[in-house]
Amino acid sequence: MSESPIHCLVVSTRAESNVPALVADAHALGVTNLAHIEKHDLYFLRGELEPAQLNQLAVELLTDPVTHTFVWRNDGDMSDVQALEVALRPGVTDPVAHEIVRAAHALGITAVEEAATGQRYTFRGALAKPLATDDLLTLARRLLANDVIQRYAIGEIEPTFPQDAHALGVVETIPLTELTDGELLALSRDRRAALDLNEMRAIQSYYRSRGRQATDVEFEMIAQTWSEHCVHKTFKANISLSSLVSNPPTVINGILKTYLRAATDKISAPWVRSAFVDNAGILDFDDEHEISFKVETHNHPSAIEPFGGANTGVGGVIRDILGVSAKPIAATDVLCFGPQELDPGQLPENVLHPRRIRSGVIAGVQDYGNKIGIPTVSGAIYYDEGYTANPLVFCGCVGIAPKDKHPRAPQPGDRIIVLGGRTGRDGLRGATFSSMTMDAQTAQIAGASVQIGDPITEKGLIEVITRARDAELYTAITDCGAGGLSSAVGEMASDTGAEVALDDVRLKYPGLAPWEIWLSEAQERMVLAVPPQSVNALNALCDTYSVELTDIGAFNDSGHTRVHYGSRQVLDLENHFLHHGIPQRHLTATPPPPSNARQAAPANFEQRLLDLLSHPNIASKSDVIRLYDHEVQGGTVVKPLTGAQNDGPSDAVALKPIGTQGARGIVLSCGLNPEYGKHDAYGMALSVIDEAVRNAVAVGADPSRIALLDNFCWGDPKRPETLGALVEAARGCHDGALLFGAPFVSGKDSLNNEYLGADGARHAIPPTLLISAIGYLDNVGDAVTMDLKRAGNLVYRVGILSESDAIVPPLAPETPRVYRALHQAMRAGLVRACHDSSEGGLAVSAAEMCIGGRLGMSIELESPAALFRETNGTLLVEIEPQNAAAFEEHFRTLLQALANLGSVTDHPKLEIRANGKTLVSHTLDSLVSAWNRGPGRYPET
Amino acid sequence: MLPKALILHATGTNRDHDAARALDLAGAQPEIVPLLHLRAGSRRWRDYQMLVLPGGFAYADALGAGKLLALDLNLYFADAVNDFVAAGKPVLGICNGFQALVKAGLLPSPDGTPERDPGRATLTFNAKGHFECRWVTLRAASQKCIWTRGMNETIYCPIAHGEGNFQLADSRDLERLRARDQIALRYARGDGAAAAGAYPLNPNGSLDDIAGVCNPQGNVLGLMPHPEDHIFNYQHPRHTRGECGQSGLPLFVNGVQYAAQI
Repeated sequence: MSESPIHCLVVSTRAESNVPALVADAHALGVTNLAHIEKHDLYFLRGELEPAQLNQLAVELLTDPVTHTFVWRNDGDMSDVQALEVALRPGVTDPVAHEIVRAAHALGITAVEEAATGQRYTFRGALAKPLATDDLLTLARRLLANDVIQRYAIGEIEPTFPQDAHALGVVETIPLTELTDGELLALSRDRRAALDLNEMRAIQSYYRSRGRQATDVEFEMIAQTWSEHCVHKTFKANISLSSLVSNPPTVINGILKTYLRAATDKISAPWVRSAFVDNAGILDFDDEHEISFKVETHNHPSAIEPFGGANTGVGGVIRDILGVSAKPIAATDVLCFGPQELDPGQLPENVLHPRRIRSGVIAGVQDYGNKIGIPTVSGAIYYDEGYTANPLVFCGCVGIAPKDKHPRAPQPGDRIIVLGGRTGRDGLRGATFSSMTMDAQTAQIAGASVQIGDPITEKGLIEVITRARDAELYTAITDCGAGGLSSAVGEMASDTGAEVALDDVRLKYPGLAPWEIWLSEAQERMVLAVPPQSVNALNALCDTYSVELTDIGAFNDSGHTRVHYGSRQVLDLENHFLHHGIPQRHLTATPPPPSNARQAAPANFEQRLLDLLSHPNIASKSDVIRLYDHEVQGGTVVKPLTGAQNDGPSDAVALKPIGTQGARGIVLSCGLNPEYGKHDAYGMALSVIDEAVRNAVAVGADPSRIALLDNFCWGDPKRPETLGALVEAARGCHDGALLFGAPFVSGKDSLNNEYLGADGARHAIPPTLLISAIGYLDNVGDAVTMDLKRAGNLVYRVGILSESDAIVPPLAPETPRVYRALHQAMRAGLVRACHDSSEGGLAVSAAEMCIGGRLGMSIELESPAALFRETNGTLLVEIEPQNAAAFEEHFRTLLQALANLGSVTDHPKLEIRANGKTLVSHTLDSLVSAWNRGPGRYPET
Repeated sequence: MLPKALILHATGTNRDHDAARALDLAGAQPEIVPLLHLRAGSRRWRDYQMLVLPGGFAYADALGAGKLLALDLNLYFADAVNDFVAAGKPVLGICNGFQALVKAGLLPSPDGTPERDPGRATLTFNAKGHFECRWVTLRAASQKCIWTRGMNETIYCPIAHGEGNFQLADSRDLERLRARDQIALRYARGDGAAAAGAYPLNPNGSLDDIAGVCNPQGNVLGLMPHPEDHIFNYQHPRHTRGECGQSGLPLFVNGVQYAAQI
């Protein structure tokens, strides 16, 4: 162990830099006498360094002479101010520390052995009164540090560097052949394997028949491979429905097969190149290119470490796209949080406040997407109390690749090559972690499951992999996600066999046990099968882009996965058992009947509209959208914000991928409505499919070529009602997909989104189904946006208005025909603006169009009930008067789906009438200001 | 012969393809060159007539945006870049590239000296304290800068940065930059009138609405916004309202035409 001294540099800004947002958050936590917080950066350097070298490092590397001042801690007495210091726990990814060592060495100061970073906060109380120690601890725990990845100290902190914590190479034997049922379950629990008794018995019987015991490496690999996260056992389970609703079959042999894949098979779209097989769904784009789309969730990690959880969620889904040999061209994010104004006293034990979760998650998405250079273009933010303890973070990625360039068959003799980041103890058992209910202890136990991403390393992977693909240097590729190398290599070798030498895996720090190396979910790694003669060429590419390459073994045709550590074989599993040995689960489902709840009829229309516009789920999200770079790669044709002042909410986004010829574009949209999920899961599924399709159609996507992705986030499926609602939602997916001829090409489920409070109370999320849609725009120049364009134009309602006031609105069977007619009118150039009507009904939709175009509108509805009623299949469109007849002609067989409501005005006012009475009359200014007044704005500007 | 443009790719560079497309459209022959190929000598500076440092997050912006790329420029390529600049070849730093040029001391050199003069200016955190992506209007302000010379129309293009706030260590340097006509681009209102510091017209709080500065010789330009992302009509945020412009392109055309002459 090194005895070199540690030097600490404190860097401050020249201008006094109070952080008002932190002061406000501190007041919200009850630390009301805080007046002022300043943040300083800490850099720790270990090494025998001369004063001149320290000065050079401070001046040339660690500070900006224009804006910073600095002091080496040993040179100054800082004890006269109240301070709190925060540093990362050992082993947490710290790219800045890595760069400091690299740059110091480049400057010739090679005595710098290690570096670490931290923050120092200094405080002033109101009226110069110092803060109480309890208050400082509250600020540390609840605002400034996250115990999961950070340490803190009042006063000065000492950095810690990763230490050798384990003896090298220890492999435990797990004697499980003689265990009783109770002992098997205890074993599953103790190792956090999340396996049930049947599964444990299957493992036991495998080892009994082989006449030996399991190693810990083997047991952990089986647990990961058989986890809900990796194998989706609920979606493959045999389910008995205990009551009949709408006459579904009484036994369902797999939700995935029965509903989702079945819909795709029945639709059999020729432009779908790969559905449910690869890491992402793959579609035709043009003659030369294919596009891929995948949406993942990273919910549990985001609950306990919001920044890192969301950050690595983005990184993970980008690797899914790299895993189909595609270049990532767009990112999407849909976020669900608890109410931002929640009383901190109402929080379940050890749950972070929704404000903190929100700001951390958004910062995590921003950090990864912006740094890696992928535009974050599409998304949504939704607030509901049900997400307080279980936020949802859906991260999506779209890729483009030349056709038929994605190889999928490793050959015996191919080398197993790991590219990218090194392996550490981070992210152990993430797959099983995400498959369990959380409780107050989860953050402590699962700390190792959460990581911070390193987008720059992953950017290097994009550079190398796209070039390696073009040069045909590999025969198969997959990402290292949940389960780490065990899952990646295991999956790739499932039809062949593999032999791995664990001691060849490059580690971030020494001391990992073999099972930890095999299971680690360290980020930014990909596994490739590389023919021996191509390894040198790949190595040269890696050198150019500063990506590490490690050869850890070879594929073979043994039908076994074998892992060695030194001279010992620590794992030998038959692939058939590993990948097909899991017993099918048998579950019981009791679908809850749809509720009879009705949409409320408001009394004060005028106020209701303003309230809706400033409702957190409807109000402008521009403050968040602008934190994301949605322009990089230069292909964002319909932007998330649009209109006269670039602030109207687009229904969908359109992209023209760089490097493609012709005028074709991609359209991305989504549908999400957990409120409906609380009342009628089947109806919700139909509604959100319609919403996603409608949003895509609104910007000009061809409704006959839209593909869908499903992401189910649900509670514990062992409860029959919870599973029943899931079955109903899946049935809705099937029926909705068939109705629109829109196949599912990829999907993912995240179950067990529940939090068990210390008081025994369950906090489950509302049933949540995100539908992401991807479609095409034949000519990006023909895109339509939602902002009103010109006074004097006519406003039509398109779509069949339902008479029902059910919370979950019905979906008219003619809706696909309506969308086709609308699309034909768009292709003919007849539609100037188009906006869907969803939350808040036609009134909100009309108001948003006015805001987008900074123009007025004067319309007459069929009845007052149509003002705010939420409907499916409905849009508002703007048509020039001279095109009215041509436009109406497109709907001649759908007359009930068209109504001329009024016109666009240059009088800056929205006026809505019904039965001759004015229901709403608002100035444009009041609409804009209500819409920009959503609570929980971040950051405060 | 089309001028060859070297687009420098460092670890974390991400708008290299955007820049290549703009240069291609402007009539250059762009080549994205990994920094390590220059270090290894498999690519040579003298084979190129222009240099572009594109946007991105070189080395993750660790220790300040552009800081570590600046270190590379000064440690490995000091002579090569000096020769390139002294030869009068056009050099353009966009966003992260601008940050690197400033932190390397290649911009703005307020004393008019050709030597590197670091520490005189910086691009620090936006006044709002966070990253921001939005479209801005720029007004060309320098006849000395070969990239903006003769440009009468405004440029409309996006910004996407968290550290674009141009500040000087010595406020008297502002007068020196003005006097030498080194303030190449300013944030402006849509009609071209001065932004006068008003957010979001001036999106980051930059001194004197400065969006871009050039060196005393006028051949090196650094700017925070991304004209390379407005070279097609469909990139304009209001192309569905009949607005268009490709107004990011002329800057590249200027640079390419200048490179073609030398």
